[in-house]
Amino acid sequence: MKYQSQKVALYYFTGALVLFVAQVLFGLLAGAVYVAPNMLADVLPFNVIRMVHTNALIVWLLMGFMGAAYYLVPEEAETELHSTKLAIIQFWAFFLGAAAIVVSYLLGNHGGREFLEQPLWGKIAIVIVALIFLFNLTMTVLKGRKTAVSLVLLVGLWGVAVFFLFAFYNPVNLVLDKMFWWWVVHLWVEGVWELIMASILAFLMIKLTGVDREVVEKWLYLIVSLTLFTGILGTGHHYYWIGTPGYWQWIGSIFSTLEVVPFFAMVVFTFYMVYKGGRDHPNKAALLWALGCAVMAFFGAGVWGFLHTLSGVNYYTHGTQITAAHGHLAFYGAYVMVNIAIMTYALPNLLGRSPYNQMLNMWGFWITTSAVSFMTFVLTFAGTVQTHLQRVLGEGFMDVQDQLGLFYMMRLGSGAVVVLGAIIIVVSLLLPGKEKQA
Amino acid sequence: MEQVEERGGWGALDDLPGNPMMWILIISELLVFGAFFLSFGVSRMLDPVGFGQSQALLDGVYGGVNTIVLITSGFLCAVAVETKSIQRARGLLAGAIALGGVFGVIKMIEYGDKFDHGIGIETDTFFTLFFLMTGFHFLHVIFGMILLGIGIWKPRRDVLETVCAFWHMVDLIWVLLYPLVYLAR
Repeated sequence: MKYQSQKVALYYFTGALVLFVAQVLFGLLAGAVYVAPNMLADVLPFNVIRMVHTNALIVWLLMGFMGAAYYLVPEEAETELHSTKLAIIQFWAFFLGAAAIVVSYLLGNHGGREFLEQPLWGKIAIVIVALIFLFNLTMTVLKGRKTAVSLVLLVGLWGVAVFFLFAFYNPVNLVLDKMFWWWVVHLWVEGVWELIMASILAFLMIKLTGVDREVVEKWLYLIVSLTLFTGILGTGHHYYWIGTPGYWQWIGSIFSTLEVVPFFAMVVFTFYMVYKGGRDHPNKAALLWALGCAVMAFFGAGVWGFLHTLSGVNYYTHGTQITAAHGHLAFYGAYVMVNIAIMTYALPNLLGRSPYNQMLNMWGFWITTSAVSFMTFVLTFAGTVQTHLQRVLGEGFMDVQDQLGLFYMMRLGSGAVVVLGAIIIVVSLLLPGKEKQA
Repeated sequence: MEQVEERGGWGALDDLPGNPMMWILIISELLVFGAFFLSFGVSRMLDPVGFGQSQALLDGVYGGVNTIVLITSGFLCAVAVETKSIQRARGLLAGAIALGGVFGVIKMIEYGDKFDHGIGIETDTFFTLFFLMTGFHFLHVIFGMILLGIGIWKPRRDVLETVCAFWHMVDLIWVLLYPLVYLAR
């Protein structure tokens, strides 16, 4: 750590990890409801459990991105943050705002649009928090050195804020409603979030492998252009069956198939940099997470996305457990792992220690990654069976659900292991371990 | 490996004229249009009769004239890159842009003719793909004209090579698209 103001990242990383645990616990609860459907139905309905599970995920990932930005931007810009105080105020506003939104969910006060269920005041609070954040970061970059890493990160973060504005546009027409809803959801995770992910990976590669910045930047530009080239029109793969014209099936199929390419580029990029750099960085765990992130994102987002992205396939698989399989591995591989990667790298520096608890951290990596992978396989098989029974043979939805019981039990089991893994990761990151002798 | 660094670090792309990022774009574009051509071919195999009937409604002359227009435009670009005189290069690019405009006008007349006959993007699979492929290509013609305009504005050698590489790709795609969609029986 070179700049004092980087320390504000500690707030964000800690907050994010707390929400991470909450998120997987609610996931476990949701998995349990799949096995025992009437459990908690009156006290805490499934839709609310799921809402907390998905919203907590998004909020903690964003909080982690913010921490990552506050950590890496001063270092890239070679200057202190514009305002440390503002960053701390923004953290509490965000954290308490998120908590208030969760309470309002539990009380049954929420909207109906998936992932955007926040009450209006919640959405407004999110925008205010985002504006404070972007102001602080942009001012920092403007007064300091401008690097490709911080510029791409900034563009990604501004994009997050701009596309969130479509959460306020809520047309009566259901087709338009869905169409613009995807401008938030898709253009986040398959657009601007990917820019954030790529810039964080690029930062880690510069720090961990010692490869020249110029080389890393070229890769970053390559990945960014591939992401935008494929991801923007790739939105079309959500326009197959919502009432939009039929030609979207062609546009969506072709462009979203190519969305695999930037993820593959990230795999080649990270492994090639490590191969080329040959530096023996002491923080092995951070490198493991960075490489693991590229690989799992390629499988989760790339391969599992492609699995059901062609309109001819999606006609049958739409909204089955195949989607759930893809969603879990993609979010874990791309955005959870990139967050844990930067935290694993940054926390020892922020706390002024040598890399610590590396063994435990790597155990967390393998346990969580294996469990999420197992969950993904289970859900993929469940989805395949479901697609056949429900969409090909035409059996009723609930009849099919009854036949998927075994899969749901295995999913619950893997979910319990994910919770265990998550706790190990959080413990290894937050609790001070024995100082490693340098 | 060290040698690669000196040459710019783009590997094989450094051997190509113009900016390596342009070649990334060109490869991506070829992938997209390649996927469209493949889709078209497969769809045609699945419905040869329907595709034949719809194809018969196209007028090969529009596309034929446009092929000559576009190739001529590409030729002017190729000469512009080679020429020593900046003024001459600017003039040649202006000519290339003008021919791009002619291509656009002919394309609009062709589209108008189809619309007059009640044919649109939702008529059938053939016309969905026809309008998507020619439409995307048309957008690239417009984008290419803007790029060539940048070439006139900043006629440095690397800029010329970069924008003309894009323009040749637009040519190339049309030269593949025209026989596939209009002519192949």
